[in-house]
Amino acid sequence: VNKLVLIAGGSTLVYACLAWTMAVLPGIELSRVPPGPGVQPLTVLQSEGREVYVASGCSYCHTQQVRPLNQDKVFGRPSAEGDFTYQTPELLGSERTGPDLTNIGMRQPSSVWQYIHLYNPRAVVPESIMPSFNWMFHVVDRAPAGVTPVPLPKAYTPAHGVVVPSHEAEALIAYLASLKQMPVSEAEAASAPASASPAAPVGGYDAAKGAALFTANCSACHQASGEGLPGAFPSLKGDAVVNKDDATKHIEVVLNGLHDAKVGGVVYASPMPPFAGVLSDAEVADIIDYERSSWGNHGKAVIAAQVAAERGKAK
Amino acid sequence: MQTDVTARHSSLADGDNHSLSSVFCAYTATATLWLLFATGVGLLIAYKFGAPEFGSGAWLTFGRLRPIHTNATFYGFASIALVGLGYYIAARSSGAKLYSATLAWIGLVFFNLAALLGTIALDLGYNDGNLEYREWPWWIRLIFLAALVVTAWNLICTVARRSNEDIYLSNWYIIGGTLWTCIIAVVGVVPWYQYGLGQVAVSGFYMHNAVGMWFTPLALGTIYYTLPKLLNRPIYSYALGIFAFWTNLVFYPIIGAHHFLFSPLPWWFQTIAIVFSVAMLVPVWGGSSNFLLTMRGRTGDMMHSYPLMFIFVGVMSYLIGSTQGTLEAFRSLQEVWHLTNFTVGHSHMTMYGIIAFAIWGGVYALLPLATGKQAGQLGMALHFWMALVGCFIYVMSLSIGGTIQGLDWMHGLPFIQSVVDMQGYYVWRGVGGSLMFLSHIVFGWNVWRMCYGPTAAISPLESLRAEETVA
Repeated sequence: VNKLVLIAGGSTLVYACLAWTMAVLPGIELSRVPPGPGVQPLTVLQSEGREVYVASGCSYCHTQQVRPLNQDKVFGRPSAEGDFTYQTPELLGSERTGPDLTNIGMRQPSSVWQYIHLYNPRAVVPESIMPSFNWMFHVVDRAPAGVTPVPLPKAYTPAHGVVVPSHEAEALIAYLASLKQMPVSEAEAASAPASASPAAPVGGYDAAKGAALFTANCSACHQASGEGLPGAFPSLKGDAVVNKDDATKHIEVVLNGLHDAKVGGVVYASPMPPFAGVLSDAEVADIIDYERSSWGNHGKAVIAAQVAAERGKAK
Repeated sequence: MQTDVTARHSSLADGDNHSLSSVFCAYTATATLWLLFATGVGLLIAYKFGAPEFGSGAWLTFGRLRPIHTNATFYGFASIALVGLGYYIAARSSGAKLYSATLAWIGLVFFNLAALLGTIALDLGYNDGNLEYREWPWWIRLIFLAALVVTAWNLICTVARRSNEDIYLSNWYIIGGTLWTCIIAVVGVVPWYQYGLGQVAVSGFYMHNAVGMWFTPLALGTIYYTLPKLLNRPIYSYALGIFAFWTNLVFYPIIGAHHFLFSPLPWWFQTIAIVFSVAMLVPVWGGSSNFLLTMRGRTGDMMHSYPLMFIFVGVMSYLIGSTQGTLEAFRSLQEVWHLTNFTVGHSHMTMYGIIAFAIWGGVYALLPLATGKQAGQLGMALHFWMALVGCFIYVMSLSIGGTIQGLDWMHGLPFIQSVVDMQGYYVWRGVGGSLMFLSHIVFGWNVWRMCYGPTAAISPLESLRAEETVA
């Protein structure tokens, strides 16, 4: 029996000590990390939404950790210790089949887009392989007072009636909207990627880059066709601002975003996010030039210096 | 001491043999049902990557089925199958009868109950936080813990009855693995010390240890018993096996944080995990060379013995898959592969290549000895080749696709490009997965024959050997 005690008991004791050192102690210690500046607990509706997120297993495809690596810059600043104080269960995830959501509330502030995308992701991103969550919506004859039906594109509307989100969907979208990174320090809040931006390519506009940047940042709403979605996101094709020779307004909108935009007599409820903090001057110029030379548009091209000047005005 | 370990059970009474054999059969049969269920679900979700609308609605949505697939594979199939093998090996290698068949049956009920309730809970959306491999609601994980405790106690008491002073190496791994996993389960389930980033540290530990300190030791224990038995020769070096046991025990629990490289976990914590991931080469290469040296000069026998082929694939996967795991832990490579499908390829090379193949080798070698019934050569051949080829296609497609995915990100392409680029590889993954699933149906048939089929008329090589050994 002694040998059995030695092997079973001894190894278990060793293991218990290691588990204590490598799991329990770090767990206790890191649970005490104070919240970072501006990091707040969720509201009731947002935490309900977080529960829907967990129940639906969103974090099996979407991470919530931005690594201090170049390829993660599109998702926000690197995650900091203090970001996770109120995040139990943690949802860092281990796979990025879909994009990281750490900062999605900032990157995609439009709840209209989120509803359309949740109902059927392919309605706004044709190549998406995310499942439809249409079971979180109701089809009703007429939307109840105060509820806006989801403005689905024609191909995705039900035969009869309109689509309205359930409480589950509302909570989930409220949670996604709450996912905003707070600046870690004042210095970071003030700094724009412009300072680190590469020089504009000689000869001006880089068409391939412009197309890629448009796909990464703009086409989710304005669509690859540039036509947007009727009633939800304005078209850039033939748009007055995009085709106007004076590009000031165009640059301003890309840099600072837009609220309650009125385009061609239609008011759009979805806000457009500002890109000043995400894109460099050269990148903004590439996107604008892509928009001004695609889908039959004939706007005058801009250069990075014009963007820099506009950015300077905003400060 | 180990030379005669496989020849110790002739003195047991028929009744004891019968009760051990029914326990072994029941564990293997229910594990096989879980295998079919879990991999059927796996196949369904593999198809969803190509056809996202295939199988719609809340109950069939990817995010609910994915944890059902992983948990049912881990805690339904692999756990139950390995415990069944563990009981048989503990009793036989100790020349003792099972301490308590009743406890074994109680454990079996608990294991199955936990897996069943866990599956239902996950499908209804009761997911304990998407924390990998501890997604079942906490009270269901306590049922699983109860099953572990019962199993550990039963195994220890069985080995305590051994007829020899020495404890055969397999039992070190089997009893050790079961006891350590009780600790893992407690660490995972107690909530009061893990919040926010603290929980991230615990998750790294848990998801890694639940695999490598539970399935790996029991699979190694199975190989340490089955291989000498099939070859009728002792393990190459008993001392090397013990060395691998202790180094594995000390190094492995430290490396969990390599699942969260580049995260806000402290830098030193991540670095220690990388250093010990390299140190893991010691027990891995020690263990696999021990197995390969035991097989030396006997490759010809593999052509005649499918159990041996299964074990051989398990050993090679252990060598290759674990070495790959060490490489993946380096920051430079993790930068490419982390969060991509490469990781999914790796987890299948290890859980499937090592654990499932070791289980199958063990079952094909030992179950006929317990029941006196054989699986047909054709059945084993179909199972082996479909599983091997399927797993190869699966792992290769996700390894190549995952690398492309990571490079897409590094080159700053729009994210959706990485989704588009994966499409072809997802299709190939589905092809591999289909073959794997088909092989499991054949395995189910084989298990039926070994447990409840007609008494064997044929005597393939391995049963001849077994009879010689007994004599």
